[in-house]
Amino acid sequence: MVHYPAWDQDEARSIVSGLSHLEGATLPILHALQEEFGYIDPQVVPLIAEALNLSRADVHGTISFYHDFRTAPPPRKIVKLCRAEACQALGCDAVVDELAREHGIVVDEHGGPEKAVVETVYCLGNCALGPSALVEGELLGRVDADHIAALCGARQ
Amino acid sequence: MSEAIRIFVPIDAAALSVGAEAVAQAIAREAQARGLAVEIVRNGSRGMLWLEPMVEVETPEGRIAYGPVAGRDVAALFEAGFQSGGAHKLRLGPVDQLDWLKRQQRLTFERVGVTDPLSLADYRAHDGLKGLEKALSLTGAEIVEEVRESGLRGRGGAGFPTGIKWKTVHDAKADQKYIVCNADEGDSGTFADRMLMEGDPFLLIEGMTIAAIAVGATKGYIYLRSEYPHAHTALRRAILKARNAGLLGASVLGSGKAFELEVRLGAGAYICGEETSLLESLEGKRAIVRAKPPIPALQGLFGKPTIVNNVLSFAAVPWILTHGAKAYADYGMGRSRGTLPVQLGGNIKRGGLIELAFGISLREIIEDLGGGTLSGRPIRAVQVGGPLGAYLTAGQLDTPMDYEALAGIKAMLGHGGIVVFDDNVDMAKQARFAFEFCAKESCGKCTPCRIGATRGVELVDKIIAGTERPKNLAVLRDLNKLMTDASLCAMGGLTPMPVMSALNHFFEDFDRPPAERLPLAAE
Repeated sequence: MVHYPAWDQDEARSIVSGLSHLEGATLPILHALQEEFGYIDPQVVPLIAEALNLSRADVHGTISFYHDFRTAPPPRKIVKLCRAEACQALGCDAVVDELAREHGIVVDEHGGPEKAVVETVYCLGNCALGPSALVEGELLGRVDADHIAALCGARQ
Repeated sequence: MSEAIRIFVPIDAAALSVGAEAVAQAIAREAQARGLAVEIVRNGSRGMLWLEPMVEVETPEGRIAYGPVAGRDVAALFEAGFQSGGAHKLRLGPVDQLDWLKRQQRLTFERVGVTDPLSLADYRAHDGLKGLEKALSLTGAEIVEEVRESGLRGRGGAGFPTGIKWKTVHDAKADQKYIVCNADEGDSGTFADRMLMEGDPFLLIEGMTIAAIAVGATKGYIYLRSEYPHAHTALRRAILKARNAGLLGASVLGSGKAFELEVRLGAGAYICGEETSLLESLEGKRAIVRAKPPIPALQGLFGKPTIVNNVLSFAAVPWILTHGAKAYADYGMGRSRGTLPVQLGGNIKRGGLIELAFGISLREIIEDLGGGTLSGRPIRAVQVGGPLGAYLTAGQLDTPMDYEALAGIKAMLGHGGIVVFDDNVDMAKQARFAFEFCAKESCGKCTPCRIGATRGVELVDKIIAGTERPKNLAVLRDLNKLMTDASLCAMGGLTPMPVMSALNHFFEDFDRPPAERLPLAAE
């Protein structure tokens, strides 16, 4: 389990200034902030805009475009479950149904920072050993609903 | 004291996903307990993914494979003397003689699974850097000509001749040029880029460096999808080692030519596999597709001339330079020259990576090499070329893997991914998914894609529900034609391909009485 420190505007400022020399620095900065704090607090937007000579709208637009970036503290744990075609062929939709029916876990439903969440992702590059999931950087093959539920810490 | 026994346990993400780490640890523990000196090498995967974790032991008779090995098997393996190639029910035999590998022509993947991916010494010992050394003895124009002559076409999916793209960038005059690797392998059913980046990252670095030398670029980026954390680690470590060894930096192998390389992570947007939106993303913006022209070769990253190629395109180049364009072009058929790393996935008994000359039939891959479905049920549909590729029937499997042959049956080769479905698949649901995926991942710039995908989901729902079916089928065909003709990029332009193929080949799934159907999950 990953623990993140609370948002710290001074620390955020130093992350921004440490990377602002890069070409096209926006994504590296956003990734670095999310890696540090688990999310990107909207109060960092003016800092990035100023450091990179962009409008705040540009920075906000970039943050909101990408699925990966979160603007609120992350859930306790994120289990990314692949639901693309290769995993569909191996019954990932049945896993999703069983999670809801047997374990009370609704995929893509966020229950606040104390809860684990199962998120849909499209392809983890493990298409011959699906259904697949990615949990805190670890790739898992041939998963089933019980396995996913156990990762989430049982019934919620 | 005898030398340490070398045991290979893959570090490839697919192998790790089924327990390779636990196996490596168990081998280390067990060897220590038995007082045996072992050197555990973490290699890439050979691509026989149903046998992972596949462990290899170096013996005087060559490397002997065992698999699939679980942590709990390890003690019994030592007991059976596997450290010297001993008999055990998991013993597969000498790895070089396994039928699945013997039937392949591995050029790009020649080192993957063989070497330690992060050992530059191992890379050199297995013919690494010969292509770059050759390139450094040629002029830029000569390198470009060699690539053109090889017949190499972009492996990302579009199949554009790589040499022509390179020539355009070579001939462009600019103060700065860029080399960009599209490693945003988002198509379901594809994993060759991932396996190559994890299993032989120096090859990608070498290929990109040759491109840089050829066209006079001094800066390169690998745009990697964030769903590939293992590849990210491998690339970062390999780039660091390459820089420390003088392979990258101010003077590539002492040539006086500079090339700097950096990995950049995407952030979960499928559209970034489209080259112009990838460039926008690298520039730090929303990944909105650009209109072409201008082409990226002339106005690419930050408006400068840029080569954007797929991982496998760059990775094919060192072999071409080492062995000559003709040797590469001798593989393949028609206008598809060289080899194609095919990725076999979905409901398949023996899935994995198969590198072969163009021209092998889908049936040979799926039935002979793949062994049919994992479920043991009949094959009903096969999707080739990712989420934007066509669904083919079991009757169409005699089509050869070739750009033109697949285009001839209104399908596409794409990045070489094959996803197999058994007879449980509901093709109306698959057609709906194609639209749903497009609606989620559309960048939103052009109307046919942004609005069309959403209308498409609604239409398929109505057809499934039996609402004015003939009229809605007519509208669906019309919508598909419009998206094909009027979308700005392949996302909107090719989403109709899976939809129309499902509709044309599997019409019965769109024509069932609605009552038979289970209710669809609500949006």
